[in-house]
Amino acid sequence: MKKIKIVVIGNGMVGYKFCEKLMSKAKADQFEVVVFGEEIRPAYDRVHLSAFFDGKTAEDLSMAGVDWYLNNGIKLHLGDPVQQIDRTKKTIHSYRGITESYDYIVLATGSAAFVPSIPGVEKDGVFVYRTIEDLEMIRAYAPKARKGAVIGGGLLGLEAAKAMLDLGITDTHVIEFAPRLMPRQIDEAGSKLLQGKLEALGLTILTNTNTLEIAGDKAITKMKFANDTSIDVDMLVISAGIKPRDEVAKLCGLEVGQRGGIVVNEQMQTNDPFVFAIGECALYKGMIYGLIAPGYEMAEVVAANLTGGKKEFLGFDMSTKLKLIGVDVASFGDPFVPANEARVIVYEDTNKGIYKRVNISKDGKELLGGILIGDAEQYNMLLQTCKNKIVLPANPEDLILGSRGGESDGGAGVTGLPDDAMICSCESISKGDICQAVMDGAETVDKIKSCTKAGTGCGGCVPMVKDLMVHTMKANGKLVRNVVCEHFAYSRQELYDLTKIGKLHSYDEVLTAHGKGDGCEVCKPVVASIIASLWNDMILKKGNDTAQDSNDRYLANIQKGGTYSVVPRIPGGEITPDKLIVLGQIAKQYNLYTKITGGQRIDLFGAHVGDLPAIWKLLVDAGFESGHAYGKALRTVKSCVGSTWCRFGLHDSVSFAIEIEERYRGLRSPHKLKSAVSGCIRECAEAQSKDFGIIATEKGWNLYVCGNGGSKPQHAHLIATDLDSATLIKYLDRFLMFYIKTADPLTRTATWLNKMEGGIDYLKNVVINDSLGIADELEKEMQLLVDAYKCEWKEVVDSPELQKRFSHFVNVPTEKDPTIKFESMRDQKKVVDWK
Amino acid sequence: MSELKSTKVNWFYACEASDVPENGGVCVKHGDDQIALFNFTRRGEWYATQNMCPHRQQMAISRGMIGSQEDEPKVACPFHKKTFSLKSGACMSGDDYQLKTYPVKIEDGKIFIDVK
Repeated sequence: MKKIKIVVIGNGMVGYKFCEKLMSKAKADQFEVVVFGEEIRPAYDRVHLSAFFDGKTAEDLSMAGVDWYLNNGIKLHLGDPVQQIDRTKKTIHSYRGITESYDYIVLATGSAAFVPSIPGVEKDGVFVYRTIEDLEMIRAYAPKARKGAVIGGGLLGLEAAKAMLDLGITDTHVIEFAPRLMPRQIDEAGSKLLQGKLEALGLTILTNTNTLEIAGDKAITKMKFANDTSIDVDMLVISAGIKPRDEVAKLCGLEVGQRGGIVVNEQMQTNDPFVFAIGECALYKGMIYGLIAPGYEMAEVVAANLTGGKKEFLGFDMSTKLKLIGVDVASFGDPFVPANEARVIVYEDTNKGIYKRVNISKDGKELLGGILIGDAEQYNMLLQTCKNKIVLPANPEDLILGSRGGESDGGAGVTGLPDDAMICSCESISKGDICQAVMDGAETVDKIKSCTKAGTGCGGCVPMVKDLMVHTMKANGKLVRNVVCEHFAYSRQELYDLTKIGKLHSYDEVLTAHGKGDGCEVCKPVVASIIASLWNDMILKKGNDTAQDSNDRYLANIQKGGTYSVVPRIPGGEITPDKLIVLGQIAKQYNLYTKITGGQRIDLFGAHVGDLPAIWKLLVDAGFESGHAYGKALRTVKSCVGSTWCRFGLHDSVSFAIEIEERYRGLRSPHKLKSAVSGCIRECAEAQSKDFGIIATEKGWNLYVCGNGGSKPQHAHLIATDLDSATLIKYLDRFLMFYIKTADPLTRTATWLNKMEGGIDYLKNVVINDSLGIADELEKEMQLLVDAYKCEWKEVVDSPELQKRFSHFVNVPTEKDPTIKFESMRDQKKVVDWK
Repeated sequence: MSELKSTKVNWFYACEASDVPENGGVCVKHGDDQIALFNFTRRGEWYATQNMCPHRQQMAISRGMIGSQEDEPKVACPFHKKTFSLKSGACMSGDDYQLKTYPVKIEDGKIFIDVK
């Protein structure tokens, strides 16, 4: 069968996406595809172009390398725009003189920056913001410039302004013709608030300003405006909108819109049925869709129709959420419904810089659209509510304010949602679906997952699913016990006490005494961790080795591809040159990728499981010990330079960090523990974002607890001030032991505190005032653990029996897994990415 | 543990029973194939499956934790904790994946896997 020949004109994001979609749908040898691109690079991510100034390379932004086209049999001509289409002969001619025949053409020529005809636009120092080349020229020119300006206060203009700031041009003006910023996406009040935020960052915003002339000899020096004012400028970026690239289409007689754009129908066909247009060059029902999602949808439509499917483009929701110079900006549905056609609820907090607006239908039942600035956390839920016409709650202001009833924050958020609210957006599962599943008997998260699929995508909604399950069961009068899993009808705290009282030392003993069945991947690590927290035995002792979580079992973190990372402890981040050299030598000998971690130590990645004991022998011989990066245990105690070197330092934070890290090293706990010590209130060690943090004062140390970085940052609470070192350690012993005894599995200290009845006051009372009368016991228990500490890796290095488990093949122990593949990146290796 | 009395069996010697940790797994090399072999001591049973997790094509099933869900023996991949039945190889965490399973027999402390 003769192949159908498709010529794709344009190799931007949408042009590439079309190729990708066509390849995934096509049968082998169904199509011959030839691509012509004007730029010298294959398609790259133009949406994140600004990341180019944050250190991303052109390669990082690439959608797919030249190899991809080669492997898929696509002929790719770069730096060679198509100049002519002969629709009668069905051939095209390119700039470099290539002639190709075609069965179909897909025009994906995109758009160009719209440059208004202002006298002087041709001067040096005037740029547009569209391609990597533009950005390279901007970057090359920037060191010469001190005063910058951007024409255009829309999305792209503000991106360009951020780029100027990133390039060190702190004196930058944004010039907008309209009375306000982002006039197409947000309303006046929103614009005003956004403007305030941007001005606080150092930008000067001129609205209602029409540029008449760009002045200067050869290069720009001044901009003159219609209101008789002017500013000195030595670099200008024009970002005043886009114009569709329809030149080739126009030349061959295809129908184009009055203000540009190639006219297409629902199948993305132009008036010639053999020529399609997609992306920003296409004009559908008088509209150019300048976002990436509708562009991809158009690519999908053409790819589907060419491969025998039936699909139509029916317009596209232009809702959008983005971060502009660190400020959340979102608009959805119809953001501008006039006040006489809708009820409008507005929430504004100028102190925090938050503006929220929702437009509600006059009958109060439907959400029509809205705007979020400064805090767009509710965007997804609002968008779902708007798109699905979900009936609104009685107090629709709750949508943007959250429920403000008497209940605690924990469950109220979920229970307040309407039944139609989308909980799992990966699988489109609503609250009603989940509650129904619970009523039908799915009374564990696992069961809910398997019968509804909720939580099986990104997993982000699992805590909500669990809350919903608990709430639904309680509402049905069922006793909800916070149990570990189907094998143990106890909470972690109960299991901890039972294991302690029974002096149980292995997982099987605990399961036989207090559980049923054969255990699972949930209860095994929980019990293994409890046993380690109680007795501090070697965790790989026979019987407990296979109950450890996967990383604990190999005393290393499994990484993509199945290799492991090696993280020796570097207490307080202090390391001698000799030890640094040893790390370098080992990394070279075993070809390991090296990276400095956020916790002030050095990660060595890409070790084969069989090499781990040998690598650790070298490390142990050089005086290193395990860093427990693989365990739910103390990770690092970060420190600033401290008073030994720093001219501001009040106390020696490094020595104290080392003392603390060495005291609690290897301490197994319900979740990982991070800590830091800062030598003064400048807080360079970021102690207030840690599970426990210590900051030097004139008189001693301040102790902070239950902070968190990660996905839900939380500041730590100050629980005691001006302590001497011994008292601080006493308090820490109590705090950590109390956490270990009472927290649920995989609960960080911050979450533990959030769930604690009585909150920080209660915790303070237990730790400082010994309100439960257990302080002595807690301190003694901690001292036992501290005294029983041994380096796990040293024990493995000294034990041939333990080393036996570190091989990939049981029947060929010396052979490594042949499927592990590496490639190189910035002079180091990286694992070949998974699909 | 299953001993098929099929005529077309091909018992491959994998390792000694004592080479496999109690309630844990090892990976057996058979030509270019990798087989995960499990010693489910608590149930007194042996199981073998493909070593590759179909979710992200990682050679890791043998390093997973084993256990049961309502008496169905299972293994959890160490990468993303997808769980699979050790008996049927079916995915138990709601995805459409399937592990290949192999019969296992033990003779004089030696483990054999049927690789037909």
